[in-house]
Order: sequence, then C-alpha cells, then structure tokens
Amino acid sequence: MTLLATTPTTTWYLVLGAVLFGIGAVGVLVRRNPLVMFMCIELMLNAVNLSFVALAKRLGDIGGQTTVFFVMVVAAAEVVVGLGIIVSIMRRRPGATADDIAELKG
Amino acid sequence: MVQYPSIDWLAISPLVILLGGTLLVLVVGALTKVWPRGLYAVSTAALSAAALVVEMVLWNRVGHEGPVSIINDALAIDRFTLFVWIGVTIATGLVSLSTADYLRREDLEGPETYTMYVCAAIGAMIMAASNDMVVLFLGLETLSIALYVLAASHRRRVDSQESGLKYFVLGGFASAFFLYGIALVYGAVGTTNIARAGQLLSQQVFVDGDDALLLAGVALLMVGLAFKVAAVPFHFWTPDVYQGAPTPSTSFMASVGKFAAFAAMLRVLTTALGARADDWRPVVWVLAVASVVVGSVLAVVQSDVKRMLAYSSIGHAGFILIGVEAAGHAGDQDGIPSSLLYLLLYSVLVIGTFTVVTLVTRSGDRASDIGSFRGLGKERPLLALAMTVFLLAQAGMPVTSGFIAKFSVIKAAADNESYAVAIIAMVASVVSAFLYLRIMISMWMSDAESGDEAREKVAVPWTAGVVVLASVVFTLVAGVFPGWLIDATRDALVVVR
Repeated sequence: MTLLATTPTTTWYLVLGAVLFGIGAVGVLVRRNPLVMFMCIELMLNAVNLSFVALAKRLGDIGGQTTVFFVMVVAAAEVVVGLGIIVSIMRRRPGATADDIAELKG
Repeated sequence: MVQYPSIDWLAISPLVILLGGTLLVLVVGALTKVWPRGLYAVSTAALSAAALVVEMVLWNRVGHEGPVSIINDALAIDRFTLFVWIGVTIATGLVSLSTADYLRREDLEGPETYTMYVCAAIGAMIMAASNDMVVLFLGLETLSIALYVLAASHRRRVDSQESGLKYFVLGGFASAFFLYGIALVYGAVGTTNIARAGQLLSQQVFVDGDDALLLAGVALLMVGLAFKVAAVPFHFWTPDVYQGAPTPSTSFMASVGKFAAFAAMLRVLTTALGARADDWRPVVWVLAVASVVVGSVLAVVQSDVKRMLAYSSIGHAGFILIGVEAAGHAGDQDGIPSSLLYLLLYSVLVIGTFTVVTLVTRSGDRASDIGSFRGLGKERPLLALAMTVFLLAQAGMPVTSGFIAKFSVIKAAADNESYAVAIIAMVASVVSAFLYLRIMISMWMSDAESGDEAREKVAVPWTAGVVVLASVVFTLVAGVFPGWLIDATRDALVVVR
C-alpha cells in the first residue's frame, strides 16, 4: 500500500528515460533489420525527450519542454531521409539485413 | 502579447543568401530543362562568393563593435564564428565546382546535389555560431541529414547506398547520445545556453558526487562530438562511408563536416565547460593520441585510396584534437587558433586531394584502388604534380600549408607542456608519410601493366581544374606566407561569453 501511495519524483522519470535509452542503444547494436535499428534510434530520441520534460518540470523552466518539439521535428526529418535510403536499398536487394549490406571492406 | 526577439538581419544574411539562393536554383532548376554545362555549379559557387563578401563585411564589423549575441542569445557572432563561416563557404564553393563535371559523367545532372551541399553548409554554419546547445543540435541535424542524402546520392552504385545507410544509422545513434548529453547538462546547470552555462559553472561549486549528472552529460556530449569528428574509437563509420559515398560528397564531408564538428566541439568545451576543463581534457588527450596512432597505422595497410584518405582524415582529426587539448589548459592562447588554422588548411587540402581522386576514379566512380593512379605522372603530369603537392602537404612537408598546420598544433601542445602528445604526433606523422609516398610512387614510378592502355583516359574539365589550381596555390601561399592567417586565427580568441 505504502508503495502505491508514494508520489513519483523526477528521479523515477529520469531512471525510466535512462532505461529506455539503454534498450534503444542495445537494440541498435544487436538487431540486424535496418528498420528495427531505425526504430531503436527513435526510441533513444524519445527517451531523451522524457528526460527533458522531467528535468524541465523539476527546474521549473519552460525551455526543456520546448526543446522536445524541436527534437520531434528533427526525428520526423530523419524518418523521411532514413526510410528513403532503406527503401532504395530494399528495392534492389529485398529482405537484406545489416549483415548482408557489407560490400565495403578494408 | 508575445514578445518576439529582435533579429539582426545583417548578421545572419550569409545564411539567408545561401538558403534563398539555393532554393531559387532548386525551384527554377526543377521547372526548366537541364541547364548547360556546369551552370548549376557556377551559380552555387557564385552564391558562396556572395555570402563570403558579407562575411568579410561582418568580420570588419565585429572587429569594430566586438562580438555580439543575437536572436535572444541563440547565435553568437564573433570572429570565431566568422572564421568558420568563411572556411565553410569557401569549401562549399570549391566542392560545388569540383562536382560539376562529376555529375554529368555519372549521368546524375541536376540541381539537387548542390542544394544538399548548401543546406549542409547552412547547418554547419549554425553549428559554429550556436550559442545554445539546442540550436547546436538543430544545426548538427541539418548538416547530418543533408550528408546522409549526399552519401546515398549515387543511384546506380550499391556502395553509395550502403554508405548512406551506414552513415545514417550510426549518425543517428551518435546524435541520440549527443542529445542525451545536452539533456543531462541542462538538468545539472539549468540552462542550455552555452555562454550562460559557462558563467554558471565557473561560479558553481560542487561538493562530493553532486556533479554526477553534469559529468555523465559531458561524457555523452563527448561521445556525440567524437563520433562527428571521427576520432578513435568512434571512427568505425568513416572508412566505409568515405569509400562508398560519391567522391565529391566525400570531400565535402571531410572538409565542411569536420570543420563544423570541431567548431562545435571547441565552443562547447571551452565556453560552456571551460570551468570543467580538468574533467574533459584527459578524455580529449586519449582521443587525440588514439586517433593519430590508429589513423596513421591503419592508413598504411589500405589498398583503396579513398579508404586510405579516410584513415588519414582520422589521423588529421587527431592532430586537431591536440589543439583542442591545448585549449583546455588554463590561460592557453594557442589551442583554439591552432585548431582553426589546421581546419582551414586541411579543408582546402582535402578538397584538392579528393578532386584529383574524383577525376582518377573515372566513369562509374569505382576505380579508387591505388593501381588506378598508375601512370598518372605520364598521362597527366600537371594533375599528378598537383596531387604530389597535396600529398606532401598532408604529410607535413615544409613550404606547404600542411607543415604550418602541424607545426602550430604541436607547438600549442609543447607550450602547454604536453610533451608526450607532441612526440607521439610527430612519430605518427612520419608513419603516415609512408602512405602518401605509396600513392606518389604509384603515380610517378610504377611500370605500366597489361590492360592499362584499355583504361579510360583521365579527363580534366575546367571546373575541376580551377579547384585543383586554387587549392595548390592556396597550399603553397599559406605554406610560405602563413602570417596573415595566423593573425586571423588569433582574433578568433575573443568569443561571446
């Protein structure tokens, strides 16, 4: 009961943000589907957004909250370019994973 | 009633000229038939020249009136900013000209590539001028997204698309780290403004463990920036991306991309985190030493010239980091000027080098192995001579700009008693000279092999010729008379604080 009655503090949100960011980072490193890797990057960006909002709330500053809008716009622009590149590769080699796309070697 | 910030239009007019001009070229280019030879490139170069004129006017204005912070402290207009702006604009003009014939050769003619160059240049300029970390992030993304497109822009080469995908995934990954760093520093300091964060941090005293949030933020910022400047151990993308991307785009990444990333790094580290220099300086030290050593050694074992130059660019990033490390010492006056000088001289050098590589890779942009340079000395002696000048300059030969660049960062390190890093840099510089000699030997001394006659002749169109000539002249002039450039970089020490 006491646990449920506790009010969430900023730290909770920061920890959640860090965990989400970690999941995203690990996802980029271990997943092999370009689309899933891309989704993991979006997860990382949104984890940062959560941290920004939590910190802005704690600091009582509107700046951190407005930053989130900029980050969302940037993420949207990245989606456009990223999907464009992924589609152009998939059209040439359907079902390619990150391991298959390895023509460039030293 | 909302209060809008007042806008100093003259101060941002280089950005307005570039953006307006390139959108005009794009729209008119889309509505008309393909323009005659090289006109897209010439109009983009003319735009750069127009922006350059305004930047010179601003340089004088800042000299009289001192640095200003504009648009609600979002952008800092000081000589540091303007030095980078001038460098980026010149690089954009040169790369545009060197692209002109490439696009026709590869049958990709159109205004889009040039628009991407200019958009990336605008992002780079915003990064250099930003006085707020969120603005810095926006500039970084404007630059990066345009570079992803440029890397993937050769539609018929699968290498180019692979390079674009790799750059995109790893670039996005690094941007996320950088952004997380901004969030944590914001949480610790209470502002994202760079100058104000610097003031607050110089007054703030942290007692045991209080600064964990700040230190974590600084570490994440360093990861993001080190990735963008391609410092070891965050360099893995560089060889693949440089090799796969269309060669003119590679030269754009190596010049403008590096210029902007280092400018941002210098501004964040010295202005915002200047009071915490003892925390970040050892990190920069490690990055610098690892980059010069790994860059030089791995460059030697490559067989593809674009990969070699990618590793050599990692080595050069290490040299610039030596200047950044010097800037972290208390009371230092040489770190920032030497880094800026290195960046400008290296940018021109690398554009010249990659312009020659563009011509040698011939139709299809594939022949970038070292054998493609065989016999260039006989076939195109002047082009081979220019390449020799660029390679000697990159190796740090006296009488060329490369010597001045390397000398100034090593002197900055030695003045701050970082003797270890200075010695390591000099040894690495000797190792990397071997790589440049390999290309030169291939050009001048290798015997012809069977099948060489069947190869396509290397054509030198006038646009690329102009770029190579301008780069050679600048390399030699800056090598013999570096005084005026060194004075200009010294002026860049006065920044908005």
